Amino acid sequence: MDPRRGPLAVPKVRRVDAAAGPLAVPKVRRVGFFTSIEPSPETPRPNRSLSGPAEAITSSSPLSDSPSGQFISPVQIPPSRHHSDNLASRAAPVPVPGPSAFRRQLANDRTLHVGSYNPVDSLLGTSPPSSNGEVSEDSGSLFGFQRSDSAKLSASFPNGGFDMTVAVRAPGESEAKVATASTSDGRKKNVEASGESESVATKPRKEKETKSLKEKTSKAERRAIQEAQRAAKGEGSKRAGESSRPKPSKPAKQPPPKKEAPQVTSSVSEKRAVSVEKERRMDVPQTQMQYDDKSRVDKAKRRSVVEQTESKNKVELFLHLPQYERGNQLPNLSSNIFTLDTIHHAVYKVGLQHLAGDIAGDNARCIAMLHAFQEAINDYTTPPMKDLTMDLTAKINGYVSFLIECRPLSMSMGNAIRFLKNQIRKLPVDLSEPEAKASLCSEIGRFIDEKILLADKVIVQHAVTKIRDGEVLLTYGFSCVVEMILLYAHEIGRKFRVVIVDSRPNLEGQKLLRRLVTRGLDCTYTHINAVSYIMGEVTRVFLGASSIFSNGTLYSKVGTACVAMVANAFSVPVIVCCEAYKFHERVLLDSICSNELGDPDAIANVPLRNNKKHSKTMDNNKNLQFLNLMYDSTPAEYISMIVTDYGMIPPTSIPVIVREYRREDLLL
Amino acid sequence: MWRRSASFILDDERRRTSNSPPMADNTTRAPFQNPDAISAYYQTRAAHHGVITSDWLAQAQAAVGGVSGEEHPDSSVAELGKEKTFNVIEEFNGWRKQPDLAEAVAAIRALAAVIRASEASTMMELEIELKKASDTLKSWDKTSISLTAGCDLFIRYVTRTSALEYEDFNSAKSRLLERAEKFGEISCKARKIIAMLSQDFIFDGCTILVHGLSRVVLEILKTAAQNNKLFRVLCTEGRPDGTGVLLSNELSKLDIPVKLLLDSAVAYSMDEVDMVFVGADGVVESGGIINMMGTYQIALVAHSMNKPVYVAAESYKFARLYPLDQKDMAPALRPIEFGVKIPVKVEVERSARDYTPPQYLTLLFTDLGVLSPSVVSDELIQLYL
Repeated sequence: MDPRRGPLAVPKVRRVDAAAGPLAVPKVRRVGFFTSIEPSPETPRPNRSLSGPAEAITSSSPLSDSPSGQFISPVQIPPSRHHSDNLASRAAPVPVPGPSAFRRQLANDRTLHVGSYNPVDSLLGTSPPSSNGEVSEDSGSLFGFQRSDSAKLSASFPNGGFDMTVAVRAPGESEAKVATASTSDGRKKNVEASGESESVATKPRKEKETKSLKEKTSKAERRAIQEAQRAAKGEGSKRAGESSRPKPSKPAKQPPPKKEAPQVTSSVSEKRAVSVEKERRMDVPQTQMQYDDKSRVDKAKRRSVVEQTESKNKVELFLHLPQYERGNQLPNLSSNIFTLDTIHHAVYKVGLQHLAGDIAGDNARCIAMLHAFQEAINDYTTPPMKDLTMDLTAKINGYVSFLIECRPLSMSMGNAIRFLKNQIRKLPVDLSEPEAKASLCSEIGRFIDEKILLADKVIVQHAVTKIRDGEVLLTYGFSCVVEMILLYAHEIGRKFRVVIVDSRPNLEGQKLLRRLVTRGLDCTYTHINAVSYIMGEVTRVFLGASSIFSNGTLYSKVGTACVAMVANAFSVPVIVCCEAYKFHERVLLDSICSNELGDPDAIANVPLRNNKKHSKTMDNNKNLQFLNLMYDSTPAEYISMIVTDYGMIPPTSIPVIVREYRREDLLL
Repeated sequence: MWRRSASFILDDERRRTSNSPPMADNTTRAPFQNPDAISAYYQTRAAHHGVITSDWLAQAQAAVGGVSGEEHPDSSVAELGKEKTFNVIEEFNGWRKQPDLAEAVAAIRALAAVIRASEASTMMELEIELKKASDTLKSWDKTSISLTAGCDLFIRYVTRTSALEYEDFNSAKSRLLERAEKFGEISCKARKIIAMLSQDFIFDGCTILVHGLSRVVLEILKTAAQNNKLFRVLCTEGRPDGTGVLLSNELSKLDIPVKLLLDSAVAYSMDEVDMVFVGADGVVESGGIINMMGTYQIALVAHSMNKPVYVAAESYKFARLYPLDQKDMAPALRPIEFGVKIPVKVEVERSARDYTPPQYLTLLFTDLGVLSPSVVSDELIQLYL
């Protein structure tokens, strides 16, 4: 790898090997949240633990170990959740020493680091370099999330990526070693924690490492490694999309084994380079978190503002969706409202409203969120030494993850957030802060006006042409666009009847019923159980949508698919009214992958019936699970027409709209 | 309205008793509204069908006389409108008498005449004038889809062409006129393109079922015969104007084996058919087509017997319409001769066209290429938005 230092390094390795003895059984290096679980006796001797990984790697890499690793004190970086209030409690009490400070500087001022670390590079050649463990780890984390930088760096250093990465060592490094040591002693207390630490660029190297281990390590040790790798892989696959870019200047000896999928940046350094990371994350479509992934959920939980208790009896097929017990976190949160300063109060308020269900309906939620962001941006001031684009995006990301904790985002909100981030990114560099803020706020306002409010008006104009005299229109649940259509058709004097189909537990249709009846419309109200009876007299079905996917699949309130299918069986045309901003470029095939779980108690408890005792016994029954799905998906063949702000289109034309009109949103 | 549920019989009863006068008015007026509600589009079509045949001169003469005699009294819009709008319709009618000229082309020619006659001095003025003229044209014959589509296309062209912004007004005007002239050629060329495209689908020994008399389908069959393909054609009779008889007449002149069927014999002979070819009066946003009455049932039969249904239509027939069902269009009525006297109390369904939903169509042959029905909406969105 680095022939220059080869001969120098090898003897050193031997020495360390000998010194390490049985203690230094090589394990996979770990970085991440482990100090908390780490046994305290380990902490005072991080240099001892160094030998673990050092040995592992040095056998393969000439860069190899060094005593210099001893000078690095263990660093605990707070978990990467940027704005959470309970960071302090989670963070290990280890002080942040010099290297981390450097690192921060690096993150903030990227131009600086190449120069500033150059001396170190020169040192590398002469003096013993810092431990190889650090090197590889670091390079990994670096490559993992800031490619441009690493490329730049590697260009500036003749020795390629690995050498230079020594310079920008991650402060979490030594910790990693601590952790490894502790694992070797205490038999992987923290296998899952290690997941985060596995880094991308180390892949080839690590492989070698494991290879060399084959000769040296015992069976049990190998298994430990394997296990750690598996954990790492599980971790990594989550963000595989993000980190799958080709890594520059990696030693291309062997193709990386499939098992070690592209890895994630260590969460420690993630924190360090928040802004860089943020910038990168913007490019990537938000992937949904899989809640059946233990380690990930634990991590997320540690960072979360909202204390959620998981409900007990979960349905097997829907374990990947978040499900929490309702009603216990709200008072706690609302009492927090004045103490919490990382999250803007407007956003906080909206989050609570989402949580409590005060704001329901996709458009209403989206508008409320955007207004809150508007307010937050208005009150925003760029911290000194920070870039508005980066910092504001990071802030928005923080808000968004708070909102997700309150209630999973709807597709339309995701689209709106993507729009906002694009706007932030597109801000001209020379814009002053007040100007930038003003332009952002006006852009948000324009989005609300054009994409939501005006779109609704256009949809109403289009849809009303499909309502003739003497028709019977069926609608399901409550959709504000459908309500507007019906009211408008009534206003312009069409004679028609409305059948409102509703379903437990939300009974949203009653709201619609009340509004329509007070305006003098002729209504029939029924529950979804009767839909096949009532469909016989219906001539049109109007449905609202939460989102429509590229393959024409309608994603809407649960029960919609049932209504659409019954309508199709009766050959009644199904008209879906949906604003174009809700279209999503993804493809959805079933209702399982992407869904939201509601409160299971809502379907367990029937109001009006005094069954408190009854439900109590049901709660404790291990054989009983409640499934309260919020959405379902309707295949395109059951939809006759989609009314959008671009006119009336067949469901096969969704990708056309997405391609033609949302291109700027799609590309980055 | 046709209803299934028992509750609706009651509802109807109640409504009839409560406000019987308007209901009765509606039901009686709809079929027998006035004799002038006859679709002008289908009348011209009928006239043209006569013209395409060999003895077209005499028939064209007759058609010109006959149609213009009927049209003037019913154009109530024209009476309200100014002299200029009246001219548009005159112009349009003049153009569309030409048998080989499609309705859309006639509309564009008429609009070109508006430009020529216009005294507008700015682009904006011209645009407004054109808009007015096209609105008049459209409202004059609401049943003609290609008229509407042609007007829309031309207005699109005028308002959308960015090249116009850099020129002075007079050259812009002449460019528009040029474009209008070109459109006629395009429409003729479109037919040739479609005929070429469809040749791959006609194989030796196949049997083709044709419904209605479409210029494009005729062109396709002609080209196939010229390419020495061996195929057989089944023609439906095409009541009430006997379009199938005319088509079989033409085909027999080209030495193509033809068999004439009753309209009701489609299902009977479908098993020997390899493919169905139909033209279209309009192609709608969903990818379905609006065509002569009977197309829908032929498509249904073909679909249930797994025979491909091919539609030949020029792209200017693409219209931004989205009918959900058969009654969701402005009715295009035409007189129907039964040969015997129909009792006064018997209603006659006089609609001239039906809507075939996209799921029963296999492919569309257009001058844009061979498209699946779902691409139509793609093209329309790109064209109109």
